[in-house]
Amino acid sequence: MALAKITSISGRGLAVPGNDIDTDRIIPARFLKAITFDGLGEGLFFDARKAVTAAGQVHPLDDARFRGAKILISGANFGCGSSREHAPQAIQKSGFRAVVAESYAEIFFGNSTTIGLACVSADRADIARLTAAVEANPALEVTVDLVRQEIRFGGQTAKLTMRDSARDALVHGRWDPIGELLEGTEAVVAAASRLPYLAVPQK
Amino acid sequence: MRTPPHNLFDKVWAAHAVRELVSGQTQLLIGTHLIHEVTSPQAFAMLQDLGLKVAMPHRTFATVDHIVPTDRQTEPFSDPLADAMIKALRKNCAEHGITYFDLASGRQGIVHMVGPEQGITQPGTTIACGDSHTSTHGAFGAIALGIGTSQVRDVLATQTVALGRLKVRRINVEGKLGPGVYAKDVILHIIRTLGVNGGTGFAYEYGGAVFDRFSMEERMTVCNMSIEGGARVGYVNPDETTFTYLKGRPYSPTGAAWDEAVARWRAFASESGCAYADVVTIQGADIPPTVTWGINPGQGIAITETIPDPAKTKEVDEKAAIVEALAYMKLTAGAPIKGTKIDVAFLGSCTNARLSDFKEVAKYLKGHRVSPGVKAIAVPGSQIVGKLCAELGIDRVFREAGFDWREAGCSMCLAMNPDKLVGDQLCASSSNRNFKGRQGSPTGRTLLMSPLMVAAAAVAGSVADAREVFGVR
Ligand code: SF4
Repeated sequence: MALAKITSISGRGLAVPGNDIDTDRIIPARFLKAITFDGLGEGLFFDARKAVTAAGQVHPLDDARFRGAKILISGANFGCGSSREHAPQAIQKSGFRAVVAESYAEIFFGNSTTIGLACVSADRADIARLTAAVEANPALEVTVDLVRQEIRFGGQTAKLTMRDSARDALVHGRWDPIGELLEGTEAVVAAASRLPYLAVPQK
Repeated sequence: MRTPPHNLFDKVWAAHAVRELVSGQTQLLIGTHLIHEVTSPQAFAMLQDLGLKVAMPHRTFATVDHIVPTDRQTEPFSDPLADAMIKALRKNCAEHGITYFDLASGRQGIVHMVGPEQGITQPGTTIACGDSHTSTHGAFGAIALGIGTSQVRDVLATQTVALGRLKVRRINVEGKLGPGVYAKDVILHIIRTLGVNGGTGFAYEYGGAVFDRFSMEERMTVCNMSIEGGARVGYVNPDETTFTYLKGRPYSPTGAAWDEAVARWRAFASESGCAYADVVTIQGADIPPTVTWGINPGQGIAITETIPDPAKTKEVDEKAAIVEALAYMKLTAGAPIKGTKIDVAFLGSCTNARLSDFKEVAKYLKGHRVSPGVKAIAVPGSQIVGKLCAELGIDRVFREAGFDWREAGCSMCLAMNPDKLVGDQLCASSSNRNFKGRQGSPTGRTLLMSPLMVAAAAVAGSVADAREVFGVR
C-alpha cells in the first residue's frame, strides 16, 4: 500500500475561530447514524452554521467566497470530546487537507493523522495574522509546508509545529500504520503468548 | 540489583509493547477490544476492502447501546437508520465470530458497563474501544483508551494499535468527602481545577484515601470522565475492592486460575516510591457538590456559587469563553446557579447509571415527587442494572416519584435514539458532556451534576442543593 507523501498543502484558508471546539460541534451526533462515512461532509458544523444563518449572518462554510478552501483555521484544544473519527472524516470529506490550530485534543489529532489530514499547530498571534489575511482576501493562497515547518500566505510566514512522529509519518507517506502493524504479526503472536489472559478459551 | 519501582502504566505498557515502529510510536497489543454499533461498521468495511480477517475474534466483544430506544427495545426500531446499524453489527459479529451481547442476551448495555459486569475488564490489561469513555475501564487498573475507527480496523486486523507513550500524573484525593458529595463531584472538581485540556499527553492515576475507600462503581465514574479533562487514560490501582468485584463474574478466572490471576493483577499496581511526571493533591473536604453552568465540563461551580461574570476576569480567553457560554446557556452572570429552572432531569449514561447510583438516589427520593412541568427520566446503563433495580424495588421508587423508568442504553446522553431535548430545554443531567447541542437539540442546554443533584433538581423544579432538598448530612 503506497501512501501519498504529504509534504505540503496549498489552497484557500477558512477560519472557524474559538477554543475548545468539540467533536459534537464539528459533527452533531445525529449525523453518526450511518454505517459508512459517506456524505459526512454535509454535516460539518451543521448546527453552528444553522445558528449563524438564523442570526442573519453567513457562516464561512456557507460563504461562497471561501468555497473550495483546503485549510481550516481554529483555536486551542480543537477536536475535544468524543473519539469519533467522523469528525476528521467530515472535515476531510468537505475538502480540507490541513487544519491550523493552536492545539488539539489528543484522540482527534491521532485520528486525523491516520487518515492523512495534517493537523499543525501555530502560535495564537500567527493564527490571528493568518485569519486576518484570509478574511481580508478569501482567494489568498495559503501553504502549509510540513518539510520547512512553516505556513506561507501573501508574503508572510509563520512557524508551524507538529509532533515529530506525525510529521514524519505524513511526509514519508506512513500516516496509515496498518501496513507496518501487519508486518509485526509474528512479534504480536509472541507477545500475546506471554499474556495468559489472551489464550483462546478451551471449549 | 533491585529494579527501580515502577508505576502501573509503565508495567502494563511494557507487558503489551510488541515493538517500536519507524515513527517512534509503539506497536501496542490490545488485550481486550470492545465495539459498538456507531464506530465499528466502517471499520469492518475497511477490513473487507483490504481483504483482511479479524486476527483474534475471541478478544473482541460487542454490544449495542447508542441507538437503542429506551421506551421499548423491541425491533424493528422505528428509525430505519438505527435499525440498519444494529443489523450491521449483528451481521459483522456473526461473520467474524465475535461475541455479541445483543438485546435478547439479558446482558446488553452501555459498552462501558458491560465489560466490567461480565468480568471482561481486568487489571493489568490493555483495553480499546472506539469510544472516548473507554477510560472508564481504567478503574480496574487497566490501560483503557478510546480510539478512532481506523484504529478499530487496526485492532480487528492485528490486535494492536500504533501509539505514543503517555506521561503519568498522579492525582491524590486525600481525607474524606463531605455529606452529599460524590465521585461525580470529585471528577467535576478535578476537571475544573486542571482544565479541560490539562490532561493532554497524560494518563491520570487516581489515588489517595478517598479512592482507597471508593467502590468500583465510584472509581468508574471518575475514570469515565478523565477524557473530559483531556486525559485519554485514567486509572486506579487494583486492590481488594477490585478483586472482590471481579470474583465470580462470567469472564473472571476460576479455581487455581483465579488465585494466579489475582497475584498477577496485584503485581501490576504502582509500587511505592515510583516516579510520576506530575503529582497533584486535592483535599476531599474541599470538594463541593458541583454543577456545570457552561458548554464544557470544566465550566463548573459549587452549588452555592454564582454564575461567573466575564467582567470579573482579565484573562482574554477566559472572558471570551464565559461570554460564549452564557450566550448559549441563556444564564445571567453573577446570578446564583441554585434556583435555575430546569425542564428535564436525566439520570443515566456510562458515568452514572450503575446500581449504586440508582440505589443512593432511591434512598432519598422515597416520599418525594418530581415537580410538575419537569420531565424526568431514569435510564439504567445495562439490562443487568435494570433487572437488579427491579428486584430491589428501586424502579418503583423512581416511578412513584414521577420518573419515567426506561430500558438500558445511552439515551439522552447524546440522543442518538429518540430521547432528545426539545428547543432550548434545560436539562439537569448525570451524564458527562454539556457541549452545545449534545442532548439532541441544537439549542438544548445541559447542566452536569451528580445523580442525587439531578434528583434534587427534578423534585425542586430548579437546580437545588441535594443536601437541603433531602436533608443529607
Ligand atoms: S452513555 Fe454517553 S458517553 Fe457513555 S458511551 Fe453512551 S453516548 Fe458515550
